[in-house]
Amino acid sequence: MSDTPAIELRKINKSFGPVHANKDIDLVVKKGSIHGIIGENGAGKSTLMSILYGFYAADDGDILINGEKVTISDSKAAIGMGIGMVHQHFMLVDNFSVLENVVLGAEDSALLAGGLSRARTTLKHLEDEYELRVDPDALIQDLPVGLQQRVEILKALYRSAEVLILDEPTGVLTPAEADHLFKILEVLKNEGKTVLLITHKLREIMKVTDTVSVMRRGEMVATRETAKTSMEELAELMVGRSVLLRVDKDPATPEAPVMEVENLTVTDSRGVQVVKDVSFTVRAGEIVGIAGVSGNGQSELLETLCGIRRATSGTLKINGETIDLGTSRLDAADMRAKSMGHVPEDRHRMGLINSFYEYENSILGYHRDPAYSKGVLMDLGAIKKNAVAEIEKYDIRPPNPMLKTANFSGGNQQKIVLAREIERDPEVLLVGQPTRGVDIGAIEFIHRRLVEMRDAGKGVLLVSVELDEIRALSDRVLVMFDGKIVGERGANAEEGELGLLMAGVEDNQTAAAGGAQ
Amino acid sequence: MNSGQLPRWADYGLIPFLNLAAAFLVSGLVVVLIGENPLEAVKILVWGSLGYGEGIGFTLFYATNFIFTGLAVAVAFHAGLFNIGGEGQAYIGGLGVAFACLALDQYVPWYVTLPFAILGSAMMGAAWALIPGWLQATRGSHVVITTIMFNFIASSLMVYLLNNILKKPGSMQSETRTFEEGGRLPFLNDIFPSFGFGYAPVNLSLFVALGACVLVWLLIWRTKLGFEIRSFGANATAAVYAGISPVKTIVVTMLISGGLAGMMAINEIMGSQHRLLIDFVTGYGFVGIAVALMGRAHPVGIVLAAVLFGMLYQGGAELSFEMPSITRDMIIVIQGLVILFAGALEHMFRPTIVRLFTPSRALKAKEA
Repeated sequence: MSDTPAIELRKINKSFGPVHANKDIDLVVKKGSIHGIIGENGAGKSTLMSILYGFYAADDGDILINGEKVTISDSKAAIGMGIGMVHQHFMLVDNFSVLENVVLGAEDSALLAGGLSRARTTLKHLEDEYELRVDPDALIQDLPVGLQQRVEILKALYRSAEVLILDEPTGVLTPAEADHLFKILEVLKNEGKTVLLITHKLREIMKVTDTVSVMRRGEMVATRETAKTSMEELAELMVGRSVLLRVDKDPATPEAPVMEVENLTVTDSRGVQVVKDVSFTVRAGEIVGIAGVSGNGQSELLETLCGIRRATSGTLKINGETIDLGTSRLDAADMRAKSMGHVPEDRHRMGLINSFYEYENSILGYHRDPAYSKGVLMDLGAIKKNAVAEIEKYDIRPPNPMLKTANFSGGNQQKIVLAREIERDPEVLLVGQPTRGVDIGAIEFIHRRLVEMRDAGKGVLLVSVELDEIRALSDRVLVMFDGKIVGERGANAEEGELGLLMAGVEDNQTAAAGGAQ
Repeated sequence: MNSGQLPRWADYGLIPFLNLAAAFLVSGLVVVLIGENPLEAVKILVWGSLGYGEGIGFTLFYATNFIFTGLAVAVAFHAGLFNIGGEGQAYIGGLGVAFACLALDQYVPWYVTLPFAILGSAMMGAAWALIPGWLQATRGSHVVITTIMFNFIASSLMVYLLNNILKKPGSMQSETRTFEEGGRLPFLNDIFPSFGFGYAPVNLSLFVALGACVLVWLLIWRTKLGFEIRSFGANATAAVYAGISPVKTIVVTMLISGGLAGMMAINEIMGSQHRLLIDFVTGYGFVGIAVALMGRAHPVGIVLAAVLFGMLYQGGAELSFEMPSITRDMIIVIQGLVILFAGALEHMFRPTIVRLFTPSRALKAKEA
């Protein structure tokens, strides 16, 4: 194998208006290696990969592939040069078969039949070569996400990709599926392919890459051989200062229950039971974590508890009051009135209105509070004063309540939501994916706030697909699989054990007990 | 995101101006094609609408209608609803005005009748928007479909009522009796003779319309209800998260929207015609959509856009009189072009303008 790098970037620059997303980026990716690119949200990783994949044109700078200077005008050109991309959100047609999806866009004749049978042979060949087994006739909608991702990889290989870019590939996978993915990447590497892995998870970088490059604020700040670096060093490079990867907290001193959920069942609009007979308790002064792979009923559970979604049956005891969730018509405002705060999983879709000013979002859901109104009018003075106070306390940047919310970064947007919900001092706080798309610096801050909330004697219910986060914060961990709580573990649960539960492996320890206490 | 990249003056001034300029440019080409001098045509149009007192009076009279229907569409816009039933709501609103006037005109002066006429027209207009609003809120039937269907129902209903129930006995006309003094709003020409509005029917409802602008501004940007309406319009999921009821918001917004459209009838019925008659709305409800779009659903913009469309109506009438080859239909073509550029193609120039603005701001950021 020659020493010519598979990809070389020289002085790549890209600006979006006033935002300099990529500044003089240099990058050398060795052929046949797994190269990680790590950085906080907004560090410019995605922009850089989009330039490489032809979505954006760089303002200036050179791209060299196999030592030759190239211009990548669109993704078709990128594919032509042997660059394949596996997106974070799969680009698959749900009701097409695996084979049809692989061929889609690369049909080599006007009539499908001939092309499909040739494709079937090629696909079979690829599956054997890279040990990527998928039934070519299965429909995408019937496949678990791990296999769907495999189809995405096959799609790229089918188009003769030599370089494979994976953008946050493990976000939707169980730990076991992620391990499997890493094995596939090893096989690809051994077959001489080059892999570019974009992620914000340090653990994955350490586990699978040969080389790692760190981006911060649009600049490439360092490139290290993975074997010669550590998670601490990488985290520091990402943030620009030393960070605490653990959450410092004392053991919980839980008191009386503040929220008791009994036999909760939720059916979605298609008539499918998404939450099945779930019971659990949250006590004052503890953080209860709900672990699970995305899509196993956690979202619906949160939405039902906070009054957005209707339950089929079940009861909720909150602050001593018993509510029949099957018949009650309580909405989100009513639940807030019962001292339940809610940081929703998806702040863009639900937690914030992006076109509103910051101060307007700082009271969203609390706008009827007499503290923020004068009769039918809103008390803009009081609202802005409160917004300024929260901005200061939560270090929201830029510190300007008159700015449109869309102009804040992910971490700061999340702080706006968190400030709004925590500062109303609820007895129970429901938190969904509190650090999704949030940079490390802000993660530390958010985690500390949640622990403070707990230490102040409030009950916190935390739903997260980040197992590290669940383990770092929770005093008790409940694992959800297929709408059921399949196990409960203490604060010091093993990752492997939780991973098995998340994958639906029968739990002997708590199955008999029928869920949580 | 897009509007965040432009300074306010460009968003609210430059882009509408460019849209308008494009509309007039294309209109000018049409005028050239039929063999007339476009500059001459513009001169007649502007002079006809703004050049003398009576012309201004007519322009303002039409503008009053457009303010009401424009506000109606704008309020619904803020909740993400597209109320294109202003036509029918205004028509039915006429019933409310007529009931108040027919009942009171012989006994009390106009200023006693007016509050009842306002209330009546708003209530009738709101009632006509209630069913579409309710169906949208609870059944998901799209208001665009239902409100336009209700325009036709309103039309038939009014023909029936005017021919069978409300018609003046012994008359051949499909209209009620003419109101007495107590059912007529004073013409502005009688109040301010020095302006020389002449026979133009512009009347006190202009001030009712301006008052409605202030109230709508307060409602949308200063009240809790307005906050809920805007929240729902901008992000319905977030609104539900915030405990805002979609059903209540949709129904209440449609009631307000319908009420504003209904109030247009005050200007036509109590202010000008002094009787309820067939087809007095004649497209004002639909033009309200263009007015709201062009005015960026903001009362100040709506007043400006309403005056512009008032000019097109009045100046257009003069134009077809002065240049017979420019028929009444040609005027409608020109109005249509303005609606096309201001409304449907509103985003045509935006990307270019955004591009023109961003690099210069980037440079400034660098220098700073």
